[in-house]
Amino acid sequence: MKIQLRDITMRFDNVTAVDRLNVTIEEGTLVSLLGPSGCGKSTTLFMLAGLYQPTEGELYFGERLVNKVEPENREIGMVFQNYALYPHLTVLKNIMFPLKMAKVPKKEAEERAREMAALVQIDHLLDRKPSQLSGGQQQRVAIARALVKKPKLLLLDEPLSNLDARLRLEMREEIRRIQQEVGITTIFVTHDQEEAMSISDKVLLMKDGKGQQFSPPQDMYDYPENQFVAQFMGNPPINLLSVKLGNDLQTIVLPDTEDTYQLDSLVKSYVDSNSKLELGVRPEDFYIESDLAKAGITVEVMMVERIGRDNLLYARLGQTNLRAIVSPDVKVNQGERVKLAIRPGRTHLFDRSNGQNLLH
Amino acid sequence: MNDKPTMKKTMKAILYLIPALLIIGTFSFYPIIKSFFMSFYTDYDYFKDLVFARGLDNYTFIFQDPEFWKSIQNTMIFVIGVVPLSIIISLVIATFLNQKIKFRGLFRTIYFIPFVTSVVAVSIVWRWIFHSQYGVLNYALGFLGISPIKWLSDPDWAMPSLIILAIWKGLGYNIIIFLSGLQNIDKQYYLAARIDGAGAWERFKNITVPLLSSTTFFISIVSIINSFKVFDEVFALFGGQPGPAGSAETIVYYIYNKFYGEWNFGVASAAAYVLLFIIFIFTLIQLYVGKKKVNY
Repeated sequence: MKIQLRDITMRFDNVTAVDRLNVTIEEGTLVSLLGPSGCGKSTTLFMLAGLYQPTEGELYFGERLVNKVEPENREIGMVFQNYALYPHLTVLKNIMFPLKMAKVPKKEAEERAREMAALVQIDHLLDRKPSQLSGGQQQRVAIARALVKKPKLLLLDEPLSNLDARLRLEMREEIRRIQQEVGITTIFVTHDQEEAMSISDKVLLMKDGKGQQFSPPQDMYDYPENQFVAQFMGNPPINLLSVKLGNDLQTIVLPDTEDTYQLDSLVKSYVDSNSKLELGVRPEDFYIESDLAKAGITVEVMMVERIGRDNLLYARLGQTNLRAIVSPDVKVNQGERVKLAIRPGRTHLFDRSNGQNLLH
Repeated sequence: MNDKPTMKKTMKAILYLIPALLIIGTFSFYPIIKSFFMSFYTDYDYFKDLVFARGLDNYTFIFQDPEFWKSIQNTMIFVIGVVPLSIIISLVIATFLNQKIKFRGLFRTIYFIPFVTSVVAVSIVWRWIFHSQYGVLNYALGFLGISPIKWLSDPDWAMPSLIILAIWKGLGYNIIIFLSGLQNIDKQYYLAARIDGAGAWERFKNITVPLLSSTTFFISIVSIINSFKVFDEVFALFGGQPGPAGSAETIVYYIYNKFYGEWNFGVASAAAYVLLFIIFIFTLIQLYVGKKKVNY
C-alpha cells in the first residue's frame, strides 16, 4: 500500500513535534524514519498507527484518507519497542490474537498463526509464555503477531534497541528477509544510522520535527542535502572546516593557514564571497598525497590509531581537528606534517547560515 | 546483606517486635485460643472463671438451633449478593476513573468517602433513604411508577436493603485497589491491542480482566471474608435488631446475641468457630481456583 503524508503537522500544546512533513512511501518498500531522539520520528509512526491524530495535514493509505480512522480499522501491524506481548497468553495465542479480533474461525486462525510462526522460526516455542522467551524470540513473536492478519502496512518502533549487539545484527537481517518474503510496505523507526543504512530502501531523516532528506541511504550518505544530514550520517563523523570561497566560486580558502584548495566543480547556487561556509569531507575520503606538487591540505598528525584494517589519523589544521581514515601502507608518525588529498567528487560545501549543500 | 542470624540480632529484633506482639497477643491470639476452649465449656461460672464441665454440647446445640441455620443462610445470601456485584460495579467504576476525564481526583475522593465514614453515620442516612414514607429511594421509584417498598420493615426487603448498603459501603476500598491494579497494566498492551484490531470492549475483556486477575483475586478473598463477618451494618441499619423478624440475622449477629444478649459464652464461641471453619473452607477453595486462573 502506498502511503502519503501531506503537510502532516502534530502539535502537543505548544510543542510542534512534527512540522509539515511531506513524504510518499511506495508500496512494498522498507522506509526508515531516522533522527536523534525528540526529532518526531516516533510521533510520526504513532500518527501512521492512528494512536495520534495529526493536528494538520492529510494522511493517505492508498487512496483512502485515514486521518480519522481508528487504529483498529487501519489494517496495520506494529512491533513495539518492548514488544508488548500479552503476558497472560502463550506464544500461539499471542499470534492468534489479531485473528481472534477479526473473527477468523479458530481452526483457520491457528493454521495461519502456525504458518507465521514458521516464517519467523519460532514454531518450536508455541506453548511458552512470553516471559519464558529471550529478547530475540520475543521480537520474532511480535513480528509474527504483527504480520499474521496480513496487514497492508507494518510499523516497527525501534524494534532492535533492546537487543544485544550480535542479536541486533541477526534480527536486522531477519526483518529484512521477512519483509521481502512478505512484500509488505514497512516503516522502521530507529536512531541508529547504521541500522537505517543497512536495512532500508529509503531513509527519511528528521530533525526537530522537520524532514531533512528522503532518499535511498547511499544517496543520503554521498549527497547530503544539508549539513545536518552530512553530520548525522557516518561514523566517525564528517570533518567540517570553516572556509571562505574565492571570487571564482571554485577556490576554497582554508582556516588559519590561509592555504587554498580547488573544488572539482562550481558551486550550485550563487553565494557571496563573504558568506561563511563549511567544507565537509568524510574521514574515508581523505588519502595521503605523497606527491608534493599535487593539491592537498597540509596537516599536522596528532595521533595514529590502528583500527582493524585501517589507520585512523587524528590531525590538526590550524585550530581545527580532523579525522582521516587512511591506508596503513603509508607510514605516518605522530608530529609529522602530511598532505591530505580529497577523493574527486567527495567534497561538500555547506552554507553556514542555512546548512544548504552548495555542491550537490 | 546480613548473612547469618546471630543470637544478638535475634534478641534485638524481638525487642522491636515485643510492643506489637503484646498488643496482638492480648487482643487477638489470647481471645482466639480462649474462645476455642470456651466453645467446649458446658457448665461454667463466668465471674469466678470456674469450669465445671466440658463437652460438645455447644456444637450439638447450635447445629440443632434453627436460628443458627437461618443465620448461616442469611449470611450466605448476603455474601452471594454482595461480593460478585460489588466486584463488578467497582471494576466498572475504577475503569472509568482510570480514563482521562475531568475532575478525576474529585471523583476518586467521592467514591472513597463511604469507606472512611463511620458505619453508624452512614446507616442513619441510609435509614432515611430507605424510609418507606419519606425515603428518597421510594420517592425516586415513585417516578417510575413503582409503589413504595417497605425496605426496612418488610422481611422480604430487609436483606436486599442490607446488600445495597454493603455494596455501596465497600465500593471505595475496592475501587482504590482496582485503580492501583489498573495503573500497573502497561499502556503498551492497550496500544498493541488496538493495533491488533480490538475495540474498547475486547480490550477490556482480553487485556484488563486477565491482567487484573491477581488484583481481583485479592479483592475477592478480602471481600468474602469481610462479608462473612458482617455485623455493624446490620446492627446500625435496623436499630440494633437483626432486621424485621430476624430476616437479616447474620452469623456474627447470632454470635453477638448469644454472647451479650443471652450470656451464653460457650454457644457463642462454638458458633464463632463454625464461622471460622466456613471462611477457612472458602479461602481454601479460592486459593485453589486462584492458582489455576491467576498465572501469568
